Amino acid sequence: MHSDARPPLGLTLAAIGGLLFLHLPIVLIFLYAFTTEDRSYQFPPPDLTTKWFGVAWNRADIWPPLYLSLRVAAISSGLALVLGTLCAAAMARARFFGRDTVSLLVVLPIALPGIITGMSLRSAFAIADIPFSTWTIVLGHATFCIVIVYNNAVARFRRLGSSMLEASADLGANSFQTFRHVILPNLGSALLAGGMLAFALSFDEVIVTTFTAGQQSTLPIWMLNELVRPRQRPVTNVVAIVVFMATFLPILAAYYLTRGGEETAGGGK
Amino acid sequence: MNAAVEFLSVSRHFGQVRAVDRVDMTIAEGSFFAMLGPSGSGKTTCLRLISGFEKPSGGAIRIFGEDMGEVPPNRRHVNTVFQDYALFPHMNVRDNVAYGLMVKGVDRRARHGKAEEMLALVKLDGFGDRKPAQLSGGQRQRVALARALVNEPRVLLLDEPLGALDLKLREAMQDELKALQQRLGITFVFVTHDQGEALSMADRVAVFNEGRIAQIGTPAEVYDRPATRFVADFVGSSNVLPPALTQAFGGPARWASLRPEAIRLSTGPEARAKGRVTALRYLGAGTRVALETGGQEIAVLVPAGVPVPEVGATSGLTWDASALHVMEEA
Repeated sequence: MHSDARPPLGLTLAAIGGLLFLHLPIVLIFLYAFTTEDRSYQFPPPDLTTKWFGVAWNRADIWPPLYLSLRVAAISSGLALVLGTLCAAAMARARFFGRDTVSLLVVLPIALPGIITGMSLRSAFAIADIPFSTWTIVLGHATFCIVIVYNNAVARFRRLGSSMLEASADLGANSFQTFRHVILPNLGSALLAGGMLAFALSFDEVIVTTFTAGQQSTLPIWMLNELVRPRQRPVTNVVAIVVFMATFLPILAAYYLTRGGEETAGGGK
Repeated sequence: MNAAVEFLSVSRHFGQVRAVDRVDMTIAEGSFFAMLGPSGSGKTTCLRLISGFEKPSGGAIRIFGEDMGEVPPNRRHVNTVFQDYALFPHMNVRDNVAYGLMVKGVDRRARHGKAEEMLALVKLDGFGDRKPAQLSGGQRQRVALARALVNEPRVLLLDEPLGALDLKLREAMQDELKALQQRLGITFVFVTHDQGEALSMADRVAVFNEGRIAQIGTPAEVYDRPATRFVADFVGSSNVLPPALTQAFGGPARWASLRPEAIRLSTGPEARAKGRVTALRYLGAGTRVALETGGQEIAVLVPAGVPVPEVGATSGLTWDASALHVMEEA
């Protein structure tokens, strides 16, 4: 395929239309962060202002949800990195009866609707008499964060193959040296990408969180509540931009990291 | 002559499968030893038993007289050239080669110097800064070789080392490996399913079949005097004669081997047997003629320049009496 082969006009228009449909609403979010009208989303905005950024900065009720969301995302992606990697290492190297079933069970939570995960966790917490806290939110998020890390790591482990690890041992390396010099450099970008995706997913999660948060609210839940109350609406949009940045940038970085990783990891073949 | 590697009735079972079954062998120090066999014959498992990636289910392995029972791979003075080379993709060639020294704690300068020395040995001077992905298959193979040699192993193991190379390169590497082994004087143990490779490179060949050694000897011994039907057929695709046919061909009532190249087509009075030509295969340097005689197919290698009969024609066969090798196997 050469770049001088132009697609037909209809196809080009359809592609542009699809992209607009996907991304125009996001532009509106940005636009409304600057509107002077604060009770309803009036289009076009009567005038533009940047004052909402200052207002949002000074609103005391924004900061606790933001901190909570950051804390939950950091802890659950950290937890997922450890558990997901260990799980992937075990699954990639061991051959045992029921291995495929276990593999499916590990991946299943991400396919499960969040509402089911949320309900089941809530009733489990109730049975076990665990009070809602930051940690119950973390547990809820960890269910899907582990899968993200696991999927990234298991694919990389598979490419790594066993002979490279054997070569390292053959040349005199102990298991720690093999991990440090062979596994980690090859797994590093996949783990970073998995961790960032997990962070982004956790940061904007609503459904599971509503079941496991109790009285606390994370940033997405705070936003949901805020939209119902028509007061300083553009502040929500300012926060939306923050959420957008906090989730989009890691995903973008993860995309570039795994893309680059393929080039280096594929080099062994 | 010291023994580099000794197998004392070594077995390795995977569940019900006896991958290696009571193998006894001694690999002499400084020799070029080939383990030859079809896939699944246990030769690769034997190699992995030496490197330590497999543990014997029974028996004992000694390397230079020392029992390897509980010695892990990283503490054996043995290095491996892996079939897929297993180079570290994130390191350049120099760091790949220097890896064995790096994990031993040799400082950067000394290990890089030694790595360059090894690269020169395998004729890859100046490739140190490249990544494995930027090398051809043959070059990667040399890097794998240099990397395995950097630790100065007393035994070098090679797992199908030439399997992934094309024919021309394979032949060049065969000569080079042989020369390298003679120069370094260390014991090379290599696994192959290619009988030509085993015969041309090795001092001694162990032919594996179903987890056991069918025969062990010099290439000439294995080729000229196969011990079993399997060896006769696998090494050089010899004609394996059942007892009745051996008798008809003037031998005792035992299994025998008769090399295709030892048979001549002849219509004269010296013909010892007669056969009908069923198939011809042109090989360039000769033609492989299949004849049916006494209900058995016999292959004859007719050298180029000698007239070849047509399919369906009847031809006489003759050979020197000494070419008929009666096998030990009953």
